[in-house]
Amino acid sequence: MTMSNSATLATPIGGLYHRRRIANKLALSLALGAAGFGLFWLVAILWTLLYNGLSAINLSLFTENTPPPGGEGGLLNAIFGSVVMTAVATAVGTPVGVMAGTYLAEFGRNTKLAEVVRFINDVLLSAPSIMVGLFVYEVLVVRMGHFSAWAGAMALAVLVIPVVVRTTEDMLKLVPNSLREAAAALGAPQWKVITMVAYRAARNGMITGMLLAVARISGETAPLLFTALNNQFWSADMNAPMANLPVVIFQYAMSPYEDWRQLAWGGALLITVAILLLNIGARLLAGLGTTRK
Amino acid sequence: MTEIALTLTDAHASTARRARRQRLQDAAFRNATLAFALLVLLILGGVTVSLIDGALPALRAFGFGFVATEVWNPVSEEFGALAPIYGTLITSVIAMAVGIPVSFGIALFITEMCPAWLKRPLGVAIELLAGIPSIIYGIWGLFVFAPFMQSTIQPFLINTLGQIPGIGNLFMGPPYGIGILTAGLILGIMVLPFITSITRDVFETVPPMVRESAYGLGATTWEVVWNVVLPYTRTGVVGGVMLGLGRALGETMAVTFVIGNAHRISSSIMAPGTTISASIANEFTEAVGDVYTSSLVALGLILFLITFTVLSIAKLMLLRLQRKAGV
Repeated sequence: MTMSNSATLATPIGGLYHRRRIANKLALSLALGAAGFGLFWLVAILWTLLYNGLSAINLSLFTENTPPPGGEGGLLNAIFGSVVMTAVATAVGTPVGVMAGTYLAEFGRNTKLAEVVRFINDVLLSAPSIMVGLFVYEVLVVRMGHFSAWAGAMALAVLVIPVVVRTTEDMLKLVPNSLREAAAALGAPQWKVITMVAYRAARNGMITGMLLAVARISGETAPLLFTALNNQFWSADMNAPMANLPVVIFQYAMSPYEDWRQLAWGGALLITVAILLLNIGARLLAGLGTTRK
Repeated sequence: MTEIALTLTDAHASTARRARRQRLQDAAFRNATLAFALLVLLILGGVTVSLIDGALPALRAFGFGFVATEVWNPVSEEFGALAPIYGTLITSVIAMAVGIPVSFGIALFITEMCPAWLKRPLGVAIELLAGIPSIIYGIWGLFVFAPFMQSTIQPFLINTLGQIPGIGNLFMGPPYGIGILTAGLILGIMVLPFITSITRDVFETVPPMVRESAYGLGATTWEVVWNVVLPYTRTGVVGGVMLGLGRALGETMAVTFVIGNAHRISSSIMAPGTTISASIANEFTEAVGDVYTSSLVALGLILFLITFTVLSIAKLMLLRLQRKAGV
């Protein structure tokens, strides 16, 4: 009797609402678990990177060239090569991206052509970078007959363009039309309205885009494998293969030599820190732009 | 005509000249931007043409059989793409099996459960993680994750799932550490930030009114997400997943380190294998002979076709959601 009484009292607890609450608890704990799981791996990666990389960072890393197996050395030529190729790629890719983005935002806003360009650009944005390497190999390396830093820089430039196109367009679209109209009412021709008013208003955002593009290409390995190749020695010749951090990391990490692996970890930490700083800088700059508005 | 010209004062004439000059400058600027916009199309065209051009010798030599044979023999110059294609697809499937539920969980946590002060830092952290280059995941996979797989996870899988008839075949063989499963899991971790950030953005497009109405009716958080948020954002979520899939399919370095580069199809997902991009990265500079090089370019062409399709679908899905949201 008492048993059945407590059972009838318990029905609301075992009922629909109770089940819904349990399902909710279960789902939310799973989500919490997923968040913890995902973050755990990502933290683990950064942790091993710091742990292994820091012990490889010393002065000779920045002052000596890549060594033969068993020798002493650093990553000077690779750092130099990466900086040079990234700089050339940015210098080539940014103007192209800015101009194309300008067309999308200012001239072709609602045209069919702009829609197609925008679509293709977004596809290029996440297309596998190794195909860009193959493309530049076919177009430049085969024609020139040898691997070269130019080819590497061009491959990276192809990767810069979509990022810059996208951010330029987005940022120009945020510029209020009243600014353009005010300038036009003063009699300024359209090209002056765009370059002197719209660009200036969107400047922070556009620099952000450029920084993001630099961050994107400075860790790219696949497009450099068969364009810039690698160089064990110091070389500042853009017409010859040039050492670069990502390919050196790849080669050294896959090698059986302990000191090479050590250098690979050092290089990996360098690249990651550089990219994180670029990303944070870009974000701070973008933040500045939004607070001013 | 001459009368009108005569009546123009000097000032008028110079104004007219300036106006004409400005019109020319405007036209020049406009056409210059147009040219660069067309250059974007030209790049895609160039990639397509150069890949087809480079792949022709191999396609001519092997015909359709190229995509249907498993043999990969540089010595006898016989090449087939089946093993890399299989490897690419299976690693991406594993990556998605890990990546989709976990990203979904993280996005749900950020949008619905997370205290407000933690939202921004978490979001920024995820975007920063998306910027970490794949070579870092690769080197971590080779030195940390693969040994861990070899010593712990793979023996466990062999002793449990490997004993079950049927699906046990998937988990057979010695624990190498490197292989298809390891590569797939690393890819899964890699695509987390991509899928999560899009899913989160898409979740936040749901108008607060819709969400709050559901809560007002007494729905639990989970019911709001499952019955209101998800149906509302379905196309966007699928778009985000496809974008992550596009990344996983074409990812090169993270895979190349840990896949083992073996051109064969094994029934076990713990065996070494290869993917399209890993084959190209590993072998391209060492390939001798036109047929070998051309076969690798042909692999690139196949990858291009697959990723282009996937990314296009992703983009179309996201566009459709954008139109619906009226942005």
